[in-house]
Amino acid sequence: MPRFPQLPGGRNWFPFIIGGVALLWIGMSAIHQVGPKEEGIVTTFGKYSRTLSPGLNWTLPWPVQNVAITDVTSIKIETIPDSENEKLMLTSDQNLVDFSYLVRWNIKDLKLYHFRLFDPPQTVREIAEASMRASVAEVGLVDVIGGAGRAQIEQNTRTRMQKILDAYRSGVQIQGVEIKKADPPAKVNDAFQQVTSAQQDAERMQSDAQAWSQQLIAQAQGDAAAFDKVFEEYRLAPEVTKRRMYYETMERVLGNNDKVIVEANGVTPYLPLPEVRRKKTDTTVTTEGGQ
Amino acid sequence: MFAKLLQDHKASLIALGVVVFVVLSSIVVVPETQQAVVIRVGEPVRVINRFRPDTDFGQTGAGLSLRIPFIEELERIDKRLLTVDMEPQQVLSTDQLRLEVDAYARFRIIDPVKMVRTAGTTLRVQEQLRPILTSVLRQELGKRTFQSLLTADRGKAMLQIRDNLDLAAREYGAQVIDVRIKRADLPEGALESAFSRMRAERQREATTIRARGQKNAQILRAEAEAQAARTYAESYGKDAGFYDFYRAMRSYDYTFGDANGASTTILLSPDNAYLKQFKNPRSQ
Repeated sequence: MPRFPQLPGGRNWFPFIIGGVALLWIGMSAIHQVGPKEEGIVTTFGKYSRTLSPGLNWTLPWPVQNVAITDVTSIKIETIPDSENEKLMLTSDQNLVDFSYLVRWNIKDLKLYHFRLFDPPQTVREIAEASMRASVAEVGLVDVIGGAGRAQIEQNTRTRMQKILDAYRSGVQIQGVEIKKADPPAKVNDAFQQVTSAQQDAERMQSDAQAWSQQLIAQAQGDAAAFDKVFEEYRLAPEVTKRRMYYETMERVLGNNDKVIVEANGVTPYLPLPEVRRKKTDTTVTTEGGQ
Repeated sequence: MFAKLLQDHKASLIALGVVVFVVLSSIVVVPETQQAVVIRVGEPVRVINRFRPDTDFGQTGAGLSLRIPFIEELERIDKRLLTVDMEPQQVLSTDQLRLEVDAYARFRIIDPVKMVRTAGTTLRVQEQLRPILTSVLRQELGKRTFQSLLTADRGKAMLQIRDNLDLAAREYGAQVIDVRIKRADLPEGALESAFSRMRAERQREATTIRARGQKNAQILRAEAEAQAARTYAESYGKDAGFYDFYRAMRSYDYTFGDANGASTTILLSPDNAYLKQFKNPRSQ
């Protein structure tokens, strides 16, 4: 039997050591600090007794009672797939889409979570995968990629998952499903770009046509307005206005051009043509219109 | 002191040790996640903490139980929901399309005695169920078309597979809760043809979109032309005679008036209306 160092006064250390071990034992296994987000499951010889709430809790020491403390309110996030690799899913029109998403969940019933399922997180992942594929398979490619069907897919997946998890009595609450990526597969991406560029082409054609139309209509309105104004004047004094316009136009026309006056019977020019042509800008005979 | 104690009560201490040992080995602890089959010389006699669907935790048979030491042995069996995961399988649909399917089944041991007799361990049950799941799945999915595998019939097919698998699983004391397709993908070879089909579809779509754009543009132009014509007609229609004159004047202006660069040589007959005063002012 080992010798313990003696206390002053000749008393033995032994009871103190026993007492210390006992205190440590009780301290370690009978007092439990449960954090604000956590709950604890107390089992008595393996049998469920109660659930600990946040705060300082007392239980019987090990091996009578055992406590497993788990974070219940924190949202856990499963990203599927883990890697950045392309993950293809089939849509309802048998097209493929490169897909990734995440599932947010937490524990709604720790007791069930603890005792009902073998490996709950893995179960959540598998159910997510099955539900998501079922939901994507209900929607056509264009809606999956375009975003019109996304909310529906997310909602359906969430409902499906919760239904299955509840049927398993898993104690898991799905907080949300979010699609991270829904792209055309890399191998056909160029074809999708073609569609985009076709859309842009079509839009450009239409806006060009619109611009042209605006211009045409504006011009028509301008022309009509100009005519209307002149017509107003004309109505006040038709004959005189018409004459005036005629002479003014003729002035502009003949004033800027070379002109040759020719006798009607025979070709006797009042002036030789070549000469006129040579002095292009000079008008030899001016026929200023006198009224 | 201690040695003396040992010396004096040697016999009773040994007796005490034996008693403690016997008591401890007749007490068994079964946690909530397990059910235990008590086997008495090779023969299962009872089950501790058997699974009952509606029993709340705390009311179950988990915890401390007694057994006859040395004679009764305990076989511990998982009480939780377990998984059979199968290898991805190629399934041929009725329309001869291949699909690579990965599925799982969830089951629970509901008759531990039967399970101990037939399979022994849950691991063995999983091993036994795996090929059955595979063949049931092939059989059931092979009755359906590719499209229906994707959508509508999937749920029905799964239920059918579950029921068939459950029938087999009962032999092992297991109950199949659920069968789900995790993945249903196109196999390597079919992938390429799917891609080329997608590509062709996109090209067709692009062509359609361009054509539609062109059509819309044409319609816009035609509408504008019609509107312009209406505007002109409304305005010019007030006096067709004056319009003719007005337009002729503008036309002359446009054609001859602004001689930027090349000027035109105009031959005028003295009989020209413009020159009528020039020729003989009195003739009018």
